[in-house]
Amino acid sequence: METLKDKILSSYVAFENNMNINSAVHDIRSKALENFEKLGFPTKKLEAWKYTSLNSLLKNDYSLFPDRGRSIELADVKKYFIHDIDTYKVVFIDGKYSSFLSETTHDNFDVCLMSSALTKPKYKAIIENYFNKAAKQDNLTSLNTAFASEGAYIYIPKNIEVQKPIQIINFTTGSEAATMIQPRNLIVVEDNAHVQIIERHQSLTTNEVLSNVVTEVFAARNATIDYYKIQNDELNASLVDNTYIKQETNSEVAVHTFSFGGNITRNNLNFFQNGEHINSILKGITIIEGKQHVDHHTLVHHIEPNCESHQDYKGIFNERSTGVFNGKVVVEKEAQKTNAYQQNNNVLISDKATINAKPQLEIFADDVRCSHGCTIGQLDDDALFYMQQRGISEKQGRGLLMFAFANTVLESVRIPEVKSRITKLIANKLNVNIGFEV
Amino acid sequence: MSKYTEDDLKEELKTKEYEYGFYTAIESEKFAKGLNEDVVRAISKKKNEPEWMTEWRLEAFKIWSKMEEPEWANVKYPKPNFQDIAYYSAPKKKPKLNSLDEVDPELLATFERLGISLEEQKKLANVAVDVVMDSVSVATTFKETLAEKGIIFMPISEAIEKHPDLVKKYIGSVVPPSDNFYAALNSAVFSDGSFCYIPKGVKCPMELSTYFRINEGGTGQFERTLVVADESSYVSYLEGCTAPQRDENQLHAAVVELIALDDAEIKYSTVQNWFPGNAEGKGGVFNFVTKRGLCETNAKISWTQVETGSAVTWKYPSCILKGNYSVGEFYSIAVTNNFQQADTGTKMIHLGKNTKSTIISKGISAGQSQNSYRGLVQVNSRAENSRNFSQCDSLLMGNACGAHTFPYIESKNKSAQIEHEATTSKIGEDQLFYCNQRGIDTEKAIALIVNGFSKEVLNKLPMEFAVEAQKLLEISLEGSVG
Repeated sequence: METLKDKILSSYVAFENNMNINSAVHDIRSKALENFEKLGFPTKKLEAWKYTSLNSLLKNDYSLFPDRGRSIELADVKKYFIHDIDTYKVVFIDGKYSSFLSETTHDNFDVCLMSSALTKPKYKAIIENYFNKAAKQDNLTSLNTAFASEGAYIYIPKNIEVQKPIQIINFTTGSEAATMIQPRNLIVVEDNAHVQIIERHQSLTTNEVLSNVVTEVFAARNATIDYYKIQNDELNASLVDNTYIKQETNSEVAVHTFSFGGNITRNNLNFFQNGEHINSILKGITIIEGKQHVDHHTLVHHIEPNCESHQDYKGIFNERSTGVFNGKVVVEKEAQKTNAYQQNNNVLISDKATINAKPQLEIFADDVRCSHGCTIGQLDDDALFYMQQRGISEKQGRGLLMFAFANTVLESVRIPEVKSRITKLIANKLNVNIGFEV
Repeated sequence: MSKYTEDDLKEELKTKEYEYGFYTAIESEKFAKGLNEDVVRAISKKKNEPEWMTEWRLEAFKIWSKMEEPEWANVKYPKPNFQDIAYYSAPKKKPKLNSLDEVDPELLATFERLGISLEEQKKLANVAVDVVMDSVSVATTFKETLAEKGIIFMPISEAIEKHPDLVKKYIGSVVPPSDNFYAALNSAVFSDGSFCYIPKGVKCPMELSTYFRINEGGTGQFERTLVVADESSYVSYLEGCTAPQRDENQLHAAVVELIALDDAEIKYSTVQNWFPGNAEGKGGVFNFVTKRGLCETNAKISWTQVETGSAVTWKYPSCILKGNYSVGEFYSIAVTNNFQQADTGTKMIHLGKNTKSTIISKGISAGQSQNSYRGLVQVNSRAENSRNFSQCDSLLMGNACGAHTFPYIESKNKSAQIEHEATTSKIGEDQLFYCNQRGIDTEKAIALIVNGFSKEVLNKLPMEFAVEAQKLLEISLEGSVG
């Protein structure tokens, strides 16, 4: 039987037919394909994939270049947007750009498409400097690189503060049995610039979906980037999110990941600090149930002195769900005065749920402050009792405690509309009436 | 007096040679190098083992030949050539002695230099010492006292002869030969070790102690220790090692199995100070050890280790908390200097209900060494109300060394409570300055701080060992510990 890997490899020729094969970008693609051919899909034998198996996904017969399925009415998908504020939008349906749903711009800065950035001479210099420069050449990233053709392209020149958040949304409507997409995003933020980004993947079909996304983010000196990933997909959709962030001196990048939905979700979030006084913030809330599986795999690489990183991941696991947290902090020997902080707290609600945590430190410098804490526990019975005494039902009390447990991560969300949206999602998810409007 | 600075300390650490490095010229009988089925048979024959033991070894050898050397540990070293090792070496004159006067005087001198004179220990410390010199026991003391209580404490080769039922029942029950590469190798070729059995309800009146040494160039040492504590008994077992200085890398692959039956308690303490290699990272012992204990209902196993020696250490004393209400503890200080590498930690497997485990690990790295903590806390779905607390602290001296933590935490039970904490720090300038202000010189101040850092673990050592442990810390970080 033809495996998915074989299918992917043999479909490359067809893919090439639609590409300009005499370009530098295409050389990168071909090389990546070779790499993927060599490495194949990850297996549980790899230390990085010890707790997450993709086997159940790989047996699907994915359509690799989905035709555009049914057209989408704005009214049907409006709920997936943060619609109560004005935003730029880059929307894709089955991996193809939807100009109808999108709102892009070229005034002062570029919020547009990867496909044009990769082909138009105007963007050549940026692509040459940044495309595939941060991404690690591992198995799934190589696969994405080989088929990289579409996604969001965001370029913010020096000293520009983007006033509206940018939403990147990938819809899948696939009418075929299963659909696999390879979105590729590039975000370059120059000196002193600022941008806020919201990313979402949403399946609109009942068929299987596997998204293998690669996002490269470059933050130049003094740049600030706020990045929010909302993962609340249908149960037929799985996501492998590979994000690579390169930071320069004095920059600050914060990534918040909210994982509530999907079948198997794997987040590979990598920070590389190439400068001093950099701040990296990684936060996440995971609330899952059923047979859902969420794996947070983070890396913060401290390369130069006087930098900081803050990680805070909270997880609530119900029924048969599985949570994985693998947080790795590497401090090189030049990176003196590093301050790295990592926190991972988990609550298991059911006896069938599983949590696997591996908070890992690799430190080569002596003058550093690195700490990590990891807990797996339950809700405080005393607090629950206190609430029951005051007439709050046990169910409501539990909900409130869980809500409070997760809520600390929300405090650093800087877009009020995102905050209230997430708060509602959490309240919904935990089936709790939080008693106030957000 | 000129000011003693951290640089001076670093310089001293670099040049500090292994103090206990000497070589005793005792005639040895040893096998030709290499390993095959015949060698396994020969070892077994040499030790007059019964048929079942020979078969057991051969089975282990078969398993081993199919295995590959593990690569996952965070250590780098030239792979030993297993065909270039002599698998058996025994001091030729095997004395069967009742008093120390009959012991080879040269051997006695060795102990004298190490500061563990048997007489002194007998008189002062109330310690029964089963000395292992190159794999074969040459002196056993206090046997009579122990025999009165029904406690069996003897070389394992002797136990195979005298108590085959006990050995047969328990050997390989906690660490099966197929467990890992080095456990399989050990099972096939183990030369000797200690066996200890504490009968029901007996509290062992003294600390049991074994000293291991590697003394013959080019020989590997494969110790096998088996400690069985029957219901409601208690034993505290000490193990300490120093190795003479050799240029060649020496391989040590030991297996220690502990079995604590219902309500029993075993306390196992180790001080390890094998030759760590010289300042250039040449030579030194490879220490690949499998240590594991099994706790039945309400039993307790406590591992305490002070690891200062060996070029490469690969060691994870573990507890399987099988019975309800059982308790596992792990207290460790690992010191690495120069080019030493240590990958050590523990595994706590919670199977029973209301099981508890505590992990306290202190890593001190200096020079160009790499020090890793690797641990697993696993709570299975039936282990209701399990509790774990882990703390891993690392102290770095200089920026050429590394400290790493690889904690694995796996929980399948909603009522389990697991906490893990890790910190990495250096000796603070302000701490040193504070001491200096009060007239404590830098060297003493560092000693003070390192001692304070390790105190939590040192406190867990039995009195008899605490002194030696302090000595070993001194040697490893000489110049910093006063």
